[in-house]
Amino acid sequence: MTDKLADWTKGAEAIVYQSCGSCGNVQYFHRSFCAICGAPDPVEKRASGAATVYATSLVCRAATPETRAHVPYNIVLVDAAEGFRMMAHGDNDLAIGDKVIASYRPFAGRLVPYFERIK
Amino acid sequence: MSFITGVGLTSYGKHEGSSSLDLMSKAAELAIADAALKRSEIDGILCGYSTVSPHIMLATVFAEHFGIQPSYAHAVQVGGATGLAMTMLAHHLVDAGVAQHVLVVGGENRLTGQSRDASIQALAQVGHPDYEVTLGPTIPAYYGLVASRYMHEYGVTQQDLAEFAVLMRAHAATHPGAQFHEPITVADVMASKPVAMPLKLLDCCPVSDGGAAFVVSREPTGPAGIRVRGAAQAHTHQHVTAAPALSELGAEIAIAKAKAASGVAISDVRYAAVYDSFTITLAMLLEDLGLAGRGEAAARVRAGYFGRDGAMPLNTHGGLLSYGHCGVGGAMAHLVETHLQMTERAGPRQVRDASVALLHGDGGVLSSHVSMFLERVR
Repeated sequence: MTDKLADWTKGAEAIVYQSCGSCGNVQYFHRSFCAICGAPDPVEKRASGAATVYATSLVCRAATPETRAHVPYNIVLVDAAEGFRMMAHGDNDLAIGDKVIASYRPFAGRLVPYFERIK
Repeated sequence: MSFITGVGLTSYGKHEGSSSLDLMSKAAELAIADAALKRSEIDGILCGYSTVSPHIMLATVFAEHFGIQPSYAHAVQVGGATGLAMTMLAHHLVDAGVAQHVLVVGGENRLTGQSRDASIQALAQVGHPDYEVTLGPTIPAYYGLVASRYMHEYGVTQQDLAEFAVLMRAHAATHPGAQFHEPITVADVMASKPVAMPLKLLDCCPVSDGGAAFVVSREPTGPAGIRVRGAAQAHTHQHVTAAPALSELGAEIAIAKAKAASGVAISDVRYAAVYDSFTITLAMLLEDLGLAGRGEAAARVRAGYFGRDGAMPLNTHGGLLSYGHCGVGGAMAHLVETHLQMTERAGPRQVRDASVALLHGDGGVLSSHVSMFLERVR
């Protein structure tokens, strides 16, 4: 296995994706193999945080006390410059197609990626 | 060949004091009686799941409770597509001679058996545990994401989506078993509380108690013959983050395969039963299935196309949006209503011609799809 890089799911201020050394596929959900060609040990890489907004949904009704404290919060899907799609939080007024950059904010007891529009 | 020989459906809404097994039993008893069969003649059982009472062997739990010792039984879990996936499996089981009469059953006390928050939280777990659920999304948010993109690509508006909620409510008004009967307008939908924008409360199906069941048999057991012409599935992803482009979603794949498997064309279809967990779900699926052009489904609603007297009556019981959604049973009500329409037993809701029907179910976040054609052969 290649070295594991800590990412936001582990509390680090980073977005980490995997790149297949065999077919070149990039994937965001980490696995010990490439989901396209099956080759083992995809290389872990740190993403730049640059992305484009693909979809947004402003959550106004949350289901737990921890998340309810944050409403409204904007759940977004963004297409990272490196070629993978990820879910994150973002400014409440983001529009599809906006160019954004990642930062990190506390949410329900953990750190989550938060995308802001590039001015 | 296989035939839907009997159907059973409870009212949806509150069934205070009823367990999931109670609701499943009630629907199963209705379906078996409708098929003019005895319990002892049921030799196969397929059931869904209950989020209120999870069990690793729900089919045998139900079989024992109901008093049947089947030769084939297990649960099936495909989210909202479970009902049609079970029907497809039952079709193949009786066609292959594994069983003569398969009971397909789903039911859950999802409304009174747990808090609304617990239901919403349980369902949000269809998201990725590390990369999605940690962000605090809800099922409406997953579909809200899909809606925002679909509206962006095809010029669909929130008012357009509201039309589907209004239509389903109008249909539910004529069904005594529906959870909601009060008429609503587009303005009511627009003014309803924001849940996960662009989806508002009236864009979302409710949480309900209820049960639904049917019997799938090798031969008709009565005068009517409602035959499964063909069915197909497609599973493109589980998590919305991993969903393909909107133009490559599973509904289009499933319907293309179902058309090939059955020899039925969309132009042959006289009645449609389409999954409607949210208004966006229904709008997208109608367009994916070819029942309307891209971005044109709402205009067809406004023109009366999907009404009871329209060219393509749709979910005449009120759908998930207004008949109600009790989990697995939710979309099974679509098939029960289709059967009533095809056998001309829908009373005041009866449509002119339901000789060929298209049914479509969706599970997850447009993740799992089942398309099915039913045909009346006598």
